[in-house]
Amino acid sequence: MSAFVSAVGRVSLSFVRTTGKSCLMLFHTVAGAPHPKLFSLFIKQIFQLGILSLPIILTSGLFIGMVLSLQGYNVLVDYAAEESLGSMVALSLLRELGPVVTALLFAGRAGSALTAEIGLMQSTEQLASMEMMAVSPLKRVIAPRFLAGIITLPLLTLIFNVVAIWGGYLIGVSWMGVDGGAYWSVMQGSVEYMPDVMNGVIKSVVFGVMITWVALYNGYHVIPNAQGISQSTTQTVVVSSLLVLAMDFILTVFMFGM
Amino acid sequence: MKNPCHLEIKNMCFSRGDRLLFDNLSFEFERGKITAILGPSGIGKTTLLKLIGGQLSVDSGEIIFNQTPLHNCSTAELYQARKKMGMLFQSGALFNDLSVFENVAFPLREHNHLDESLLKILVFMKLEAVGLRGARDLAPQQLSGGMARRVALARAIALDPELIMYDEPFSGQDPISMNVLLKLIEQLNKNLGLTSIIVTHDVDEVLSIADNVYVLAEKSIIAQGTVEEVLADTENELLQQFLHGRSEGPVPFHFKTEDFQSDLQKVSR
Repeated sequence: MSAFVSAVGRVSLSFVRTTGKSCLMLFHTVAGAPHPKLFSLFIKQIFQLGILSLPIILTSGLFIGMVLSLQGYNVLVDYAAEESLGSMVALSLLRELGPVVTALLFAGRAGSALTAEIGLMQSTEQLASMEMMAVSPLKRVIAPRFLAGIITLPLLTLIFNVVAIWGGYLIGVSWMGVDGGAYWSVMQGSVEYMPDVMNGVIKSVVFGVMITWVALYNGYHVIPNAQGISQSTTQTVVVSSLLVLAMDFILTVFMFGM
Repeated sequence: MKNPCHLEIKNMCFSRGDRLLFDNLSFEFERGKITAILGPSGIGKTTLLKLIGGQLSVDSGEIIFNQTPLHNCSTAELYQARKKMGMLFQSGALFNDLSVFENVAFPLREHNHLDESLLKILVFMKLEAVGLRGARDLAPQQLSGGMARRVALARAIALDPELIMYDEPFSGQDPISMNVLLKLIEQLNKNLGLTSIIVTHDVDEVLSIADNVYVLAEKSIIAQGTVEEVLADTENELLQQFLHGRSEGPVPFHFKTEDFQSDLQKVSR
């Protein structure tokens, strides 16, 4: 019993310590004057995190849209409601699947890459040498990546949604024979800008903050050896994916459940 | 004759976790001189450099650089002081995504708004000083260990520091690279009037160029003074064991454990 209590205490203390350290890191990253070259560094990171994630986002979006449309058609056709396919595909994607699946893919592709990159810089003393050159690694290295992560994920989510809706059209209209006009017009009639499109964007901004924060924290506080980097990278993917799913539920309750 | 003190550490204590690394240590680093800090592995030599550079904070005591206390200064003041310090890391710590030229240009670009042609001239001068002007377009991955150290040295002197710290500059170097580095350190110290601190356990090499020496062991300083004074201290067994690399002496070969025979008996039971 005492072993159990001490284990709970240890885990709680570790959680509080990690949360405190990560909040402090975030504060020092965003507080104070930004790095003078923040914009150009940010643009470079948009390429690293955003453009390089496009292949996996486009491919996944296409296939998820196609599968969603196929499954949706099979259910709706039994009720002769296959013309609502566009509405079903768009609402599922905009409200839930788009932000969540893009966030999970982003955590796997960009989050792990961020942790590995920063972790390697930390373990090869590149960040320490930057500090000794009177350059803050938090402002020079962490801040542009953090900002880029927040901006990139909503953009990738929008691209994912567009491609998935098009994939749904390919299956529903071109293959299953749903009327193309009905696909688009029912979608246009049921999708609303604020509750559907913008709530999805807000979700993806929140996910962007969480994934990038977790990834950068794990990289910055890595144990400086090969095993440490691998452990931190895995931790980034696991923790940020779980956080995305938990946060999605909380946000959905607030956005659509009340 | 003694030069004025450039960096002074007074009554410093520092522990990492439960382990006390430094117990009330004091150092004086003379301006324009090369000071070697010797000691066995794991004694905290690199930690000492991190404490001087403000990457770690002392538990108690004072660190005074150019008459300015560093142990309790603001981040802005610390960053100002760091512009006057250079550090050569054990791994070189070159930025992998930048070429040799860009690595050396990095501190100049960060702290000065120089015209591109002037910047090029400055970088060429620094690379020429370490004999690697011809390697300016190479990536760090294309350099040998010795070349990487020299590029890192060129970067460390890019901002024309007053003080330069070398963390194990000779480890893993072949005899040619080691001699090149030794000559470079000596020349740079003389030509640029730098104060140099070399942390190493390569005794013979560093004593050939050092002016002053501190030898650390068991959380304290076991010998200090000029090279001649330290070498003349034949009474100090611990110092003699370290200087001559003897396996037997006050520092045991075996890590503390119970008797070997009783350990074997436990296995056979």
